[in-house]
Amino acid sequence: MRLNSVRDLEVLREQINEKRKSIRKRIRICGGPGCHSGGGAHLREAFQKLLDDKGVSQEYQVVETGCHGFCARGPIVVIEPANIFYERVKDDRVPEIFEKTVLGDELVDDLLYVFPETGEKIVRERDIPFYAGQERIIFNDTGLNWSTEIDDYISRGGYSALAKVLAGMKPLEVIEEVKLSGLRGRGGGGFPAGVKWESCSKAHGDIKYVICNADEGDPGAYMDRALLEGNPHQVIEGMIIGAYAIGAKEGYIYCRYEYPVAVKNGLRALEQAKNYGLLGENILGTPFGVDIFITRGAGAFVCGESTALMASLEGKIGEPRGKHIHTVEKGLWHRPSNLNNVETWASVPQIINNGGKWFASIGTERSKGTKIFSVVGKINNPGLVEVAMGTPLRKIVYDIGGGIPGGKAFKAVQTGGPSGGCVPESLIDLAVDFEKLKQAGSMMGSGGMIILDEDTCMVDVARYFLTFLVQESCGKCVPCRVGVKRMYEIVDRMCSGLAVPSDIDELERLGSTMQEAALCGLGKSAPNPVLSTLQYFRHEYEAHVNDKCCPAKVCKPLIHYEIDTEKCTGCGVCRRKCPESAIIGEKRECHCIDDELCVRCGICIESCKFGAIYIE
Amino acid sequence: MEYNIEDVDAIINQWGPKPASLLQIMLDINHRYHYLPRESMQRVSERLKMPISQVYGVANFFKVFSLTPRGRYVMHVCTGTACHVKGGPKIIERLQSELNLMPGETSEDLMFTLETVNCVGACAAAPVVVVGETTYSEVTPSKVTSVVKALKEEV
Repeated sequence: MRLNSVRDLEVLREQINEKRKSIRKRIRICGGPGCHSGGGAHLREAFQKLLDDKGVSQEYQVVETGCHGFCARGPIVVIEPANIFYERVKDDRVPEIFEKTVLGDELVDDLLYVFPETGEKIVRERDIPFYAGQERIIFNDTGLNWSTEIDDYISRGGYSALAKVLAGMKPLEVIEEVKLSGLRGRGGGGFPAGVKWESCSKAHGDIKYVICNADEGDPGAYMDRALLEGNPHQVIEGMIIGAYAIGAKEGYIYCRYEYPVAVKNGLRALEQAKNYGLLGENILGTPFGVDIFITRGAGAFVCGESTALMASLEGKIGEPRGKHIHTVEKGLWHRPSNLNNVETWASVPQIINNGGKWFASIGTERSKGTKIFSVVGKINNPGLVEVAMGTPLRKIVYDIGGGIPGGKAFKAVQTGGPSGGCVPESLIDLAVDFEKLKQAGSMMGSGGMIILDEDTCMVDVARYFLTFLVQESCGKCVPCRVGVKRMYEIVDRMCSGLAVPSDIDELERLGSTMQEAALCGLGKSAPNPVLSTLQYFRHEYEAHVNDKCCPAKVCKPLIHYEIDTEKCTGCGVCRRKCPESAIIGEKRECHCIDDELCVRCGICIESCKFGAIYIE
Repeated sequence: MEYNIEDVDAIINQWGPKPASLLQIMLDINHRYHYLPRESMQRVSERLKMPISQVYGVANFFKVFSLTPRGRYVMHVCTGTACHVKGGPKIIERLQSELNLMPGETSEDLMFTLETVNCVGACAAAPVVVVGETTYSEVTPSKVTSVVKALKEEV
């Protein structure tokens, strides 16, 4: 069916909602990456089978939605209309939920969320502190949305922003609205989206492109995956509006190879939009038309950089180029191209619907709106969190994130991926926005927040990012190609106990050279993980270099495994499990470890029932 | 799977023999054979009227492509930041000793390939290992041992 006018879209929406009235309850199964891998892959089928067997699939509906964000408690099942929230649902609990909560109105008590401090059980999704502390605007729809059905998106007002634009806004008015909103790119740079759109719309050329950067390469960030998988139409609608504003006739979504479901759901969504006439020629019966395609990347981090991404789209090696001429002037195939990332595009429909002024009323002076963070690592509630810009870090880590597991101390949070840095515990009250993170020596990046506790070695973290960058540096310019390699070698020496005192200065010198001389953003920001950890955790570097010790007990050459003579019962389990035969001892007598043979694999610690083996 | 010129041609035709399709064509070929057979790159170069050096350059540049045959099970160990701080390196070590392979290597019987991947976007479930379409979440060294054992028995 093709929609030939804005009116057609409204009629369709009414029809969908009318049909929905016969549905008494809706079972929402989270299909996000956390829940899916955590055992939720077959929940939808299991519920559907029960519905079919009882012949009630007209009254009850089961849908697989996008990510709910509360990945710590997955697999998640929510039952509408009361929004009863069940956590950690396994396949074998499906019949019980079906009988009690779907057909009946009883609760399955032990699947409810328990508030850890009081032991109080919480029934409704929004009352859970993890959700209550958030301001969900861009990411709210993802957990409600039936990921593969356009009708579901339309039922909740989907494509109404596009209709509003096509029915009565001039391209310039759309750009003004986005400028007014203060929306800044969510992919890393934080460049004002409206200004970029304006430059691209003014650039000379008949053929222009809109591009969606879905090459979410920052390790530890997965909000773009969740958005594109769970609510692809929100992204596509944003892109169509952008294309209208800029005057583009073609768009590309460049998606990471590692996200096959995002590609699959994106392709399906594009096809559905085409069938409704929301893509292609004469959208909603207007003269405006645009086509969007989805393209897979092939596992190169540097392709998240705009010029490298465009080179890759052209079928070339994904190397960046100098940006003396911006991509809004000469980008893909030397034509004006406007690139934004997934989250930025997904913000557009809301801005159009509610007005730029509304969006600008949220957040801080120079960072407007909300931001989705992927709060992961050593945290009780790992997941996706959307908060207003300027929310204190403490609130994100403790109120929403639930604090650090195992009673450990919070040490730092790593933000901005391999281009970012670490914010230490002393800055826990930092109001997180673009500026404040930059002042703290880190950056927003795409919104990854990896929480580190006292057991994390900061020198090891620096080495981790350098390993990453050595692999991912494209090799085009010398400062980056050789610079990260040399920095890696120095930090690796530190972790191996072979460093000399001048190494710390050498690191700083190399770092500042790279910041000056590298060609693209990746190279310029590559020293950040080292420089920011040096800034706040210099004592840890000094301990590695001068005392040859690793305070967090992580770097293998600097630690020894020991057996506690009080606790060891001489059971012999560790002796038998040790792959290097490094543990010696008679039966029922205290064992000991031969440090020469020990490779610090940790198998003995894992196997000891008495907790007798420790790291010195 | 044996190399077959008709299959490669079908893939090329699906995307159209134009330079912009290069990456997508190569991804599909790589997916089909688990690597890029030499003949397939020659064919792509002919059909896209593109120097073989450019095809080879792209094959070398992107991490997904392999120029040598890979195993039936490719064990992708995530090395994202969240996985790293939650014990990812121990998972790699254990798989190295279980499979007797270094990352990037394939066993002689073409059963297993050990690969690292820079984040698969399942960070809340860290550390994770991806094999085919299955993502194993919150893995421990002993869990990974049993996964390998189960895969070996499947054969």
